[in-house]
Amino acid sequence: MDDTATPAGGTRWTGNKWVGRPMSRLEDAALLTGRGRYTGDIDVPGTLEAVFVRSTVASGEILGIDTTAALDRPGVQAVVTATDLAATPGLTALLEREGFVTTTMPLLATDGVRYAGEPVAVVLASDRARAEDGAESVVVEIAEKPAVISIDQVREGGAGAVHEEAPDNILLDSTLFSDDLDSVLESSHLVVTKRVDTGRVVALPMEGRSAHAHWDGDRLTLHTSTQVPHMVRSAVAEQMGLMENQVRVVAPDVGGGFGQKCVVAREEVIVAVLARMLDRPVRWVEDRGENIVASFAGHEQVHEMTAGFTAEGVLTALSTDVWCDVGAYSAYPFTCAVEPLMAAGELPGPYRVPRYAARGVAVTTNKSPTAPYRGVSRPQITLAVERLLDEAAARLGIDRAEIRRRNLIRPEDFPYTGANLVTYDAGTYGESLEMCLAELGYDRWPERQERARAEGRLLGLGFVCFSERTGYGTPVFAGRGMAVTPGFDTAVVAMDPTGGVTVTTGVSAHGQGHATTFAQIVADRLGVEPSQVRVIEGDTDAVPFGWGTFGSRSIVIGGSAAHRAAGRLAEKLARLAAHRLEAAPADIVLENGSAHVRGTPARSVSLAAIAHDAHIAVQHLPEDEEPGLEARDSYDPPGTFSNATHGAIVEIDPGTGGVSIERYVVVEDCGVVINPLIVDGQVHGGVAQGIACALYEGLDFDEEGQCRTATLMDYLMPTAMEIPDFELHHLETPSEHSSTGAKGMGEGGTIGAPACVVSAVADAVAHLGIPVDRIPVTPQYLALAIGAATDNPDPGEQT
Amino acid sequence: MKPAAFTYHRAESVEHAVSLLGELGEDAKVIAGGQSLVALMNMRLARPSALVDVSGVRGLHHMVLEPSGELRIGALVTHAAIEDYPLVIPGFEILPKAAALVGHWPIRTRGTFGGSIAHADPTSEWCLVAVLHGARMVIEGPGGSRTLGSEDFFGGPFMTDLGHDELLTEVVLTEPRERSAIREFARRAGDFAIVSAAVAYDIVNGRMSGARVALGGVASVAVRAPAAEAELEGAEATPEVFARASRAAAEDLQPPSDLHGSADYRRRLVRVLTERALADTLAGD
Ligand SMILES: Cc1cc2nc3c(=O)[nH]c(=O)nc-3n(C[C@H](O)[C@H](O)[C@H](O)COP(=O)(O)OP(=O)(O)OC[C@H]3O[C@@H](n4cnc5c(N)ncnc54)[C@H](O)[C@@H]3O)c2cc1C
Repeated sequence: MDDTATPAGGTRWTGNKWVGRPMSRLEDAALLTGRGRYTGDIDVPGTLEAVFVRSTVASGEILGIDTTAALDRPGVQAVVTATDLAATPGLTALLEREGFVTTTMPLLATDGVRYAGEPVAVVLASDRARAEDGAESVVVEIAEKPAVISIDQVREGGAGAVHEEAPDNILLDSTLFSDDLDSVLESSHLVVTKRVDTGRVVALPMEGRSAHAHWDGDRLTLHTSTQVPHMVRSAVAEQMGLMENQVRVVAPDVGGGFGQKCVVAREEVIVAVLARMLDRPVRWVEDRGENIVASFAGHEQVHEMTAGFTAEGVLTALSTDVWCDVGAYSAYPFTCAVEPLMAAGELPGPYRVPRYAARGVAVTTNKSPTAPYRGVSRPQITLAVERLLDEAAARLGIDRAEIRRRNLIRPEDFPYTGANLVTYDAGTYGESLEMCLAELGYDRWPERQERARAEGRLLGLGFVCFSERTGYGTPVFAGRGMAVTPGFDTAVVAMDPTGGVTVTTGVSAHGQGHATTFAQIVADRLGVEPSQVRVIEGDTDAVPFGWGTFGSRSIVIGGSAAHRAAGRLAEKLARLAAHRLEAAPADIVLENGSAHVRGTPARSVSLAAIAHDAHIAVQHLPEDEEPGLEARDSYDPPGTFSNATHGAIVEIDPGTGGVSIERYVVVEDCGVVINPLIVDGQVHGGVAQGIACALYEGLDFDEEGQCRTATLMDYLMPTAMEIPDFELHHLETPSEHSSTGAKGMGEGGTIGAPACVVSAVADAVAHLGIPVDRIPVTPQYLALAIGAATDNPDPGEQT
Repeated sequence: MKPAAFTYHRAESVEHAVSLLGELGEDAKVIAGGQSLVALMNMRLARPSALVDVSGVRGLHHMVLEPSGELRIGALVTHAAIEDYPLVIPGFEILPKAAALVGHWPIRTRGTFGGSIAHADPTSEWCLVAVLHGARMVIEGPGGSRTLGSEDFFGGPFMTDLGHDELLTEVVLTEPRERSAIREFARRAGDFAIVSAAVAYDIVNGRMSGARVALGGVASVAVRAPAAEAELEGAEATPEVFARASRAAAEDLQPPSDLHGSADYRRRLVRVLTERALADTLAGD
């Protein structure tokens, strides 16, 4: 069946030829043969290299900055401090919400520094090495103040203020759901209280942040490694007092972002400002050290929960206080509220929680600021809820799978609106759980674990269920009170006179493979090959206004917009073909690059011929048709829920505490799979990142607020050697809320993996009474706890 | 992450290298494989004014087993060359096993044995092997050559007795042993070990003889564990003896605490890894 002529937004089409195929990525040939073009590759003659002088202390007052020695270094052309940037207001992220304190991030530290790594000056030189020479000659005098470094320190009170506006260091304190749970808890059979702590991590995209700007007299061109070109354009125009049409922002090939590049960085704005101020092209390429200590981090939270259960393990009520260490500044435009609001808003996840109370708090500290990091609070809420359920199951003597079965949202509940006022569309919560358990051999697990324990081996099995809201639309952001509501997106699909197709869209890939998936969607709509479809993103001069790529939004929102726009274009092609073939438009089938009359393949005309006429010989068009072949559409969804169950089997070396992952199983449902290879790749990368959060990565600070994990020798990003093979299984529940039936799935791997690994590790040492409620879980913690619990002087041989 | 400015000089011979080092003064540095030095320079933790590149110097790539049973290793022999050495070197079977634990393969193809010894990282595998096998370091300087034992050569973390105008040309491993093994624990494959343990002994009349236990990551340089060696010496090679020796190895120690491991954790690792290394020596039985 073919319905390429179905009106936009009408019935979902089903005759897919390309959607669903494991096509290898169209963008890879260039990327893998060195023909990718990243911001660092942009070469404009006369470019000055910028290096930031960064504060070496976490908190203090700037007494003076002496740039004379730096200006004397060979090759140094300029040194810029906050005084030179007085005309720029700084970045202010706004939220209209009670309990939110507005703060500003100046482009360069003005009178005080708030974290070690904060930029205080910029040195510009003919090349990077000379700029670094200059940077080390800038003398910054700072009167150091005691640093505020943790949530607990802030809660105890008495710490100095990071921002004057917030004497108690609280930038947001918001009760999202107030409900008096006392009586419900009192009458519950079991009440569990639990605290879960999660470590601070940094995204470490392969390509760090970087920007290159040049000013041509009345217009600025800024190449930048960003996920959100239009947001950067708005911020740069505002900071520089320009109309947005005077600013072109281009995200060329971008080597990963994971959220770190979905906010506007002060460094990229400064590069733009300086290009005009100095009338010279300016480039900044972040190095790895800067990316670790000075870029946006995330995920450091404390969850304090109280939950009631019936004797059968059914949740009666849940209350949570979520404390997020948002670091020194509120990132533009999402604000520092993004983590606490997400956590408190979505904690119940895939479980039915009849009564719910939630408070979200953003604590500011003298650490690098945070941005949305892949998963945004959902790795933490999943860990929190799953630890809670495991504990309740153990205390009630109920099987861990059974307690989940009794609380998961059931098929008959959809659409299900939870106590958190979130409406879940259909998913496969129970089904994915059962499938994962079967894959893991859960029914035979107790035996296996017993046998292993008898041999002195510590084996653990864990599994977790979660939901992942994807494609957040305008109402969600508006509901949070955000001044910027990045919900909709737009696509334009055009056919050129040769029949070639170009898609331009406001979403902006940085590794996700849109050039392939969007081509698959559009190729099916128009009856052409994906290789004939070119996808252009990330250039504000070339694409419609849009919000870029983050929050697993692109395939839901941008993909739907492209699907709808292509549908409109298909309608026009059908009308033009019908005119030529003397048939009714409804009888036209678009296939293999031509249009034919249904049932009579011989009555056909090539799309190239139609396209030629539509541009070059418009006298052949029907009278009421406009010239050209171009259609545009936008989409703004309510959000749609992917879901998954992750399961793992781990082994802990009782001597060293080292954890190895024997199996890792993912059963996930992201609706209609556009390209299975890309979905698998996203799951692989996401799970690897989640394993990193569970076992390896954590930014560590000393009492002065110095980052002690400032290199990749100390910040333990795992390698392929530490990451296991994955066993992936897919379920497909088509979404009602996207035109293609696809749901987003860019974050799920990262959401499930920390909780899953922790659950397995906890299972391995459950008989020793060792709590595992804090990530990353280190070998040292496990080894010493195992030693103490077993009091075994001989930890035993193991290979 | 760009180094401070420096000049570059390519040495043609050992003598040339020594004279260049003399001419260029105290701030000049030897570069061999560059696997430690370049990273330090990029972070500007090292800022030599000049580099004397010895990688083209001939005559420092040898591995020679002397009739005495000692093994001479040229300073420029790479980690990978040892790992992939096609023959078994009697008495020093630990070498390829240790080599495989040094960093990642690309690093091993460039990094050198002499560079590791001169760099003196407290958990370097080669420093551990040097201590295990009572190494003698052969040093060329303006006044000719001198030889130092590892006790005198290693001064502390990243510190040796090498003068600024001296070149390490060769390391002589002594005390070949019939049986040897190495174990270490690192969070990620290829990382520097948190703790490493190497053991070696001969079997004489069914009992252990010439027993040696060396530990890395527990002090400022690799150290021997005399109490553990005493437990092994003259005893039969049994799991019970190994367990006692491993406990003895840990008891003596006051290891440092840092980001990577507390003193308690390091003590535990010493016990575990020593015992496992000793058990490995029975693997062939
Ligand atoms: C990611 C990574 C992981 C690593 N992991 C490990 C590991 O697990 N274990 C380990 O042991 N090492 C590890 N290393 C370090 C590696 O082994 C280095 O190769 C070695 O430490 C130095 O050898 P080189 O030839 O590269 O010396 P270079 O880096 O060239 O020099 C190191 C120092 O030694 C001096 N030097 C070098 N040769 C001589 C000489 N002949 N005479 C006098 N002075 C000399 C130099 O002046 C310099 O101070 C790792 C390195 C990296 C980058």
